[in-house]
Formats: sequence, structure tokens, C-alpha cells
Amino acid sequence: MSQFLQQVINGLSLGSIYALIALGYTMVYGIIKLINFAHGDIYMLGAYVAFITTTYFGFSFFPAMIASMVVCGILGVLIERIAYKPLRHATRIAALITAIGVSYVLEYTTQYVMGSEVKTYPTLLSNVSFSLGPVTISMQQVYIFTITIVLMIALQLIIKKTKMGRAMRAVSVDEDAAKLMGINVDTTISFTFLLGSSLAGVAGILVGIYYNSIDPLMGMVPGLKAFIAAVFGGIGSVPGAMIGGLFIGIAETMVVAYGSSLYRDAIVYLILILILIIKPDGLLGKNQREKV
Amino acid sequence: MPKQLLNKENIAWLASAIVIFLVCSVLMNAGIINSYYQITLYNICINIILAVSLNLVIGICGQFSLGHAGFMCIGAYSAGIVTKMMPNLGGLFLGLLVGFVISAIVALIVSIPTLRLKGDYLAIATLGFAEIIRIIVQNMKITNGAAGLSGIPRLTTWPLLIIGVVIALVVVCNFTRSAPGRACLSIREDEIASEAMGINTTRYKVIAFVIGAILASMAGALFACNFYVINPTQFTFNRSIDILVMVVFGGMGSMTSSVIAAAAIGILNMILQNFSDIRMIIYGLALVIIMIFKPSGLLGTKEFSFKKLFQKRKGNR
Amino acid sequence: MKGRVFKVFTSSALAVGLLAGCSSGGGAGAGKTLADGDTVTIGLNFELSGDTASYGTAEYNGAKLAIDQYNASDDAKYKIEIAEQDNKGDNAESTTAATRLITEDGASVLIGPATSGTSIATYQVASDNAVPVISPSATQIDATTNDNGETYPYAFRVCFEDSYQGAAMAQYAYDTLGVKKAAIINQVSDYGQGLAETFKEDFTEKGGEIVAEKSYNAGDTDFASILTDMKSKDFDVLYIAGYYQEAGLIIKQARDMGIDTPIVGADGFESEVLSQLAGAENLNNTYYTTCYTTLNAGDELTNFIDSYTEEYGEAPNMFSALAYDSANLALQALEEAGATGEELKNTLEGIEFSGITGSFTFDDTHSPIKTVMIVELENGVQTAATEVEVEQ
Repeated sequence: MSQFLQQVINGLSLGSIYALIALGYTMVYGIIKLINFAHGDIYMLGAYVAFITTTYFGFSFFPAMIASMVVCGILGVLIERIAYKPLRHATRIAALITAIGVSYVLEYTTQYVMGSEVKTYPTLLSNVSFSLGPVTISMQQVYIFTITIVLMIALQLIIKKTKMGRAMRAVSVDEDAAKLMGINVDTTISFTFLLGSSLAGVAGILVGIYYNSIDPLMGMVPGLKAFIAAVFGGIGSVPGAMIGGLFIGIAETMVVAYGSSLYRDAIVYLILILILIIKPDGLLGKNQREKV
Repeated sequence: MPKQLLNKENIAWLASAIVIFLVCSVLMNAGIINSYYQITLYNICINIILAVSLNLVIGICGQFSLGHAGFMCIGAYSAGIVTKMMPNLGGLFLGLLVGFVISAIVALIVSIPTLRLKGDYLAIATLGFAEIIRIIVQNMKITNGAAGLSGIPRLTTWPLLIIGVVIALVVVCNFTRSAPGRACLSIREDEIASEAMGINTTRYKVIAFVIGAILASMAGALFACNFYVINPTQFTFNRSIDILVMVVFGGMGSMTSSVIAAAAIGILNMILQNFSDIRMIIYGLALVIIMIFKPSGLLGTKEFSFKKLFQKRKGNR
Repeated sequence: MKGRVFKVFTSSALAVGLLAGCSSGGGAGAGKTLADGDTVTIGLNFELSGDTASYGTAEYNGAKLAIDQYNASDDAKYKIEIAEQDNKGDNAESTTAATRLITEDGASVLIGPATSGTSIATYQVASDNAVPVISPSATQIDATTNDNGETYPYAFRVCFEDSYQGAAMAQYAYDTLGVKKAAIINQVSDYGQGLAETFKEDFTEKGGEIVAEKSYNAGDTDFASILTDMKSKDFDVLYIAGYYQEAGLIIKQARDMGIDTPIVGADGFESEVLSQLAGAENLNNTYYTTCYTTLNAGDELTNFIDSYTEEYGEAPNMFSALAYDSANLALQALEEAGATGEELKNTLEGIEFSGITGSFTFDDTHSPIKTVMIVELENGVQTAATEVEVEQ
């Protein structure tokens, strides 16, 4: 039993990271119906920005995190403006291909500049672990979990309480109607990218600290899994992304613990396929019928 | 019937295939195409089959599949395993057949649930399926797990490749002009409208998907018997993207352009062999730029046709 | 109409037949004798990009250094030219690259690639063209032999086979460390699985017990669930069969979790990055098998480390050392044979080579016969190196 609880803790900390990345996916998909394939790579860049600021400029954790957020946020907006905006009314396939293209550019430019060798972080957060009843929790896990929860709540507040958040919701329901109501759609979309990408930046630095290993292609698989998490929770829904992320994290952990670790990725894809077939709108998603 | 089949146009196609075949054969034997260029040429042919088969799914039927590498993987492993037991042409044909059957069955299993999905969801679902196929292959005994198969006999020859390319093109082009093919085109244009017209959309999507899968497995078999060694890491998501890049560069829906794009990218790869990172950056940029400025691809849906050529000549006369 | 088509068919069929008839035959075995001062091309076929680029790049640097040093030395018999190709870590690209190096660039010897799969992909091409391939690190079991157990005539490697290392560590763990219950974590790859299998076989043969086995994929970063599961089992040694990228993280996470048994591994641990990933304080009571150690370095090794560091701005690792030896082996063989092709191959088969990763001769499978060393780490630093004779 204590082992099971420990595995749940492991799953939660892995899942928190998926959740942070999934938040960006879910917002972007919710607003412009685009699977932003490059999102996983923004997360990777967040890890690299923090690597550079901490290693070469001696930043401590919070300044490095802010730096990652700012750089990733700006980058997200730039990508949206340059690559996605011209395609806003093109087919979804065209937009997806563009996103794949952007992802390639980010990955291989980073590889070209930083090299393909893994990089490690200096110790930024204390790594003391303590026992809580039958389970052991490390301070880093606590940090990851707390930061994720705080950011999610902040995001939810922005979306529900602020003017910009209302604009985001309006654009996601009907872009044209939102425009008619005097909402600046371009700004709103850029703002969405800014938020989503800066969250990915946070995920990047947290992963860098927690696992102490980053490389240029690290964003691909977590990116996909985070997307799956977003779909699972219901795309467009912030709590959904959170639940989806945690669920995927725990599912993966359990497969490794009680099944075979060889199938840890397979199980995630299986979850995706099942959810798409059984309930394509996800757990918390709104049921949307396609209109003719 | 023979008269219909052997019209001027078909003969022109046949003749051009034979001419390309003979010219390259002579060049190869004369040593002008040395074994390095030969390997590039072989690769281009395999890529043509892959691009054409994916184009059927994406360009003709409008279904965005990111899982083509999975079917290629099935074909490669079927042929690899069978030819290792029977290292002769018979083995290759048997392997091809085994690959066809397995990939058709898998494609059916994959397509019936997933093809109900649209656009980008479908893309992710097919990607997921291809990854699952790869993970299963990676954990099976008969496929020799992660180490993969080595010592596959080199049975892929130039005549076989040309035959493969011709079969792929003939199948896809004829399918496009058949009734099911027209149905697929209408699904691409507007799925809901075609459904309203009484087209069983799922059925035609499945047909196109299965044909695409079979052709991809053929390419996989030729690939395995050309390169001695295969392992699961060769059939990842990146391979699917490589194929996608060819289809997108040329133009979705045009077979001519897939052929040209596969050839052009093959040559580009050869030139940029030592600049792999830069090459990937260029591919990424090219995808973005093409989508922004010419989403229909470099050649759009234009097809090269002898018929038009003949008509033009007549008109000029 | 019909007749004409028939004619076209028959004539083309005839032509095909003719061509097929004369297409066989080629330059197999065609070597040439070298005179002093001749220019010889050595092909470097490495993973310079892709997932395995870190090994490929290190090896490329090592091999290039050896050749540069040779060209700069006064008593060099030949002028060596380097032709290089990036195989991207892909088998098919590797075959293509080898073909290009041989037929386009006229390479007489190929060095590389780094991984077993990409290496095997070049062996047929090498044999067809009678050009020896020296793989610095194709450690896969039976990599140099085909399914019938015949050695590929032109394939050589300078590293020892995975089975050898697995056996050596099993023996050392059981006899010297005195542990009886082992847990194994291996990477899903020919390397990880090969090591794990032989370790398991030899360890149980000796009377030990394997209490847990888990595997992971290359690129994984989260091992918490594997280790949590393992921790509940009663074992007194942990064998990690994988490369430093993941092994470093496994060691860190295991030690953080309170697993303090000895951790043992293979030459995949051999990298400066291991201690960065794991944290030096976690690298205690850790042992691994290798053929390369910087402990008690002789002049040749010190010289290599210094020139490498000067040239590339970072310390060499085992991979660069193996490639350095591979290139020197090729150079020595060229000088001794004074010829390329079959002559060169025969020389290699009988060569006695002494390099920075040990002295060796080749066995029947063109694998080196060299001693395995067990290196012990204390606070991330190598403190002791013991030679082990493997009881076969």
C-alpha cells in the first residue's frame, strides 16, 4: 500500500509537468483550433533559457524562471505572428503542417547552436526529502506541485475574471462575433500565446531542475503527451488540462510500476485513441456538434 | 477492350517508363551512375512509392495521416523476416504478400474507429497508432526487439523498383479516376455534403487508407531488402514527417508533384548529407513558407498528362 | 497496334536480360599497392546529427585527431586525406554514407560508425568493395558475424562485445563485491539488452539471484516509478545496463530515494557528464567495466588527453579514445601492409596493436582480445581500476 501511495506521488509530480505544458495546448487549441506542435519545443527552449541564465549568469531559481517565462512568452507571440497568423483561415491541415515546420526549426536550431549533448543544471532548489507517513516526498516535488497549482489558479482567474480573459473566451466561441463586439482578435490571440508559452517555459525550468538533464529533442514526447492530456481533460478547459496531465502522469507511472515499462508510451497513445473514440470532447469538454 | 487499354496515352506512359528504366540501367552498367548514385536513386524510388501512397490518403481523400511510417515498418519487417528464411525472389514476393495482408488488416483496425475523427484529431490518432505499432515491433521476439534485423539479403533490384513505382502510380491514378476515387475526392472537398449525397464516407475513407497502407508496406519491403539492416528506430514519427514533407512540397493531390518532390528531396539530401542539422532547419522553414505562401504545394494539383500534351500538339498543328 | 506493343515488350525484355547478364562482377578484392608518400583516403562515417550524435561527434573528433597527428608527424609514410559523412544515426543513411565514401571518395579504410546498428549496415558494402571498416564501438553481440556465424571479412571492431562486459561485471560483483542478489535496469536497445542478458546468465550461473528486472527507453528522464518498485525488493547490487545519459539520472534518483547498495554498470557510464547528471556526491560505491581509464595514465594517454582537450576544448571520453585507437590501428595497418584491399584486411587480422584503450590482437570474429577493467568511483572520481580476467 505504501508503495502504491509512493507511486501516486511519483505520478503526480510527473503529471504536474504534463499539466503545465497541457495548459498551453488547451488554450491555443481552444482559441484558434490549432494543435501547436511547436509547444513542446517552447518548453524545451524554456529549459535552455534557464540553463543559460543559471549557468552563465548565475541566476537563482526565481529570476531564472521569470527569464524563461519572458523569453518563451515573447517567442510564442513571435511564432504566432510570423507563422500562424497568415494561416488563420487556411485549412487545419495547413496550420498543422506549419506547426510541425516550426517545431523542426526550433529543435534543430537549438541543436545546431547548443549541440546535441545533454546539459545539466546547477543545483537551484534544495533537494531534501522528508517522510510523510508511508511516503517520501522531496522538496522539489513539493515545489513542482505547488507552482503548477498556483499557476493554474492564476490562469483560471485571468480567464474568468479579467477583461482579456473574457475576450479570450469570446474569441474561442466565435471569432467573427467577437470582432463585431469590438474585441481586438489579434491581440487576444497573441495574449493567449504569451500565456501558454510562458507556462511552457516554467515547465521547462522545472523539468531541468527535477531531472537535471536537458537536450534539444526533449520537447517532442512530453509535448505530445501533454496534448493527449489536454484532449483527455477536454480541450479548451483549464481544469481539464490539469486533470488530464495528472491522469496521464499517474497512468504512465502505474504501467511502469505494475506492468512493463516498455509500454509506458504505448499506454498514453492508447488512452488517446480510446478517449477520441468514446468521448472526443474529453472529460470536461463541451459537447460540440459540427455545424453544416 | 484492348484498344481502350492500349490507347496512345497509355503507350506513351509505358514507353516513358521503359525508357527511364533502360536509360538508368545502361548508365548504371556503364558506371556513370556508380553505386553511390545508385543507392540514392533506389532511395528516391522507395520515397516515390511512399509519397504517392500518402498522397492518396492526404491529397485525394483529405484524411491527414501522420502514421505512414507504421505501415512501412510492417512491410519492412515482414519482408525482412521472410527473406531471411528464404533469401531469394520468391521469399521477397512472399514477404511482400505477408506485409500486404498484415498492413491491410492493421489499416482496417486502425481506420474504422479513427477515420470517424476529423482533421488534426485524426492526425494525432494515426500518429499514436504508428507509435504503438513500433513499440509492439520493438518488443517482439520474431522482430529481434530493439536490435532489429540484420543480414537481410539484398534483393531489391532496379527492375523491381521501377515495377514497384509503376504499380504504385497505376494503382493510385486509376483509383483516383474510379468511382470510389471520385467519392474520395468529394469527401476531401466537403465531407458533410458528400454524406448528404448518399456517399458512405467511412467506407471510402477506409478503402483509400487501406490502399495507402498496402503501398507503404510495399515500399517498406523494398527498403528492408535494400539496406541489410532495419530496426524500430527507423520508423518513428520523424519518418512519417519525412514522407509528409514530400507530399506537401509537391502539392497535395498531385501524383506528378509527389514524384518530382521525392526526387528533388532525394537529390537535396544527397547534397546536404553533411549538413544534417541545417537540412532539418531548412525543411522546417520550407514547410512554414510553403504553407504560408503556397498552401497547395509547389505544383498544386496539376498533373502531367500525355493526353493534354497530345491534344496541345494537335491544336498547334 | 497490338503487334507494335508486343515488339516493344520483347525488345525491352531482351535488353533487360542483356543488362542483367553483364551487371554482375565488380571490384571485389581490388586493392592496390602503396608507395611511400602516396595519398590514402580514410573515410569517417559517424553520427554527427540525430539521437546518437553525442557518441558520433566524440568519435569523429578522436579519429580526426589521430589522423591529423599522423599527417603532422615527420615519419609518416603516407599522406592521409579525410573524407567524412554524417549518417544521422540511421541505418539506411549509414549504408549510403559508406557507399559514398568508398565509391565516390575512394576511401581505403572506413572508421565508424559509433553504434552497432549503423555499423552492421556498412559491413556488406565494405565486403563487396574490399574496404575494411573499423567500428570503434559496435559492441553488439555477434555484430561482426552474419546469421550463419561467418565473420564479415572486412568488419573489425576495437571495443569488446557486450557479453564480455556483462560476464566480467557479474563475476566481479559476485566474487569481489560479494553480493548475491541483483536488480537489473536496462535500456531497451541491443546494448542494454545484451548486457543485461549476459549479466543475468553469468550471475545466476555463479549462484546469485536476480530479484528484479526493469527496462526503460532511451531519452526517458523519470525513473521514480521503476525505482520505487525496485526499492521494495530486497537486493544488494543494482546493475544499470545503459548509457550515461539515463544511467546518471537513474543513479541520482536512486540515491535520492535512499537506495545505497553498490551500483554497477558497463562502459556506457564512461563520460564526464555522468557525474554532472548524477551529482558527484551520489557517485559512491559505483563500479563499471571499461577499457579506458584516466587513472595511472601513461605518456601516450596523457598526450592524447592534452591534445584532445586543446583541440576541442573539452576532455575526451571513452568513445573518442576508441575512435582514436581505431584510426591509429588503420594507420598502423596501412603502413604494415603497404597496400589496400585484401592485403590490408589480412594485415589487420594478424596485427598486434597497442593503443590507449589497451593492447590487443583480433580473434576469429575480428573482435579484440583485451582485458576488461573495473573502475571504482568515489565522489564521482575514479579511484581504482582493477583488471579482470573473464572465465569463459
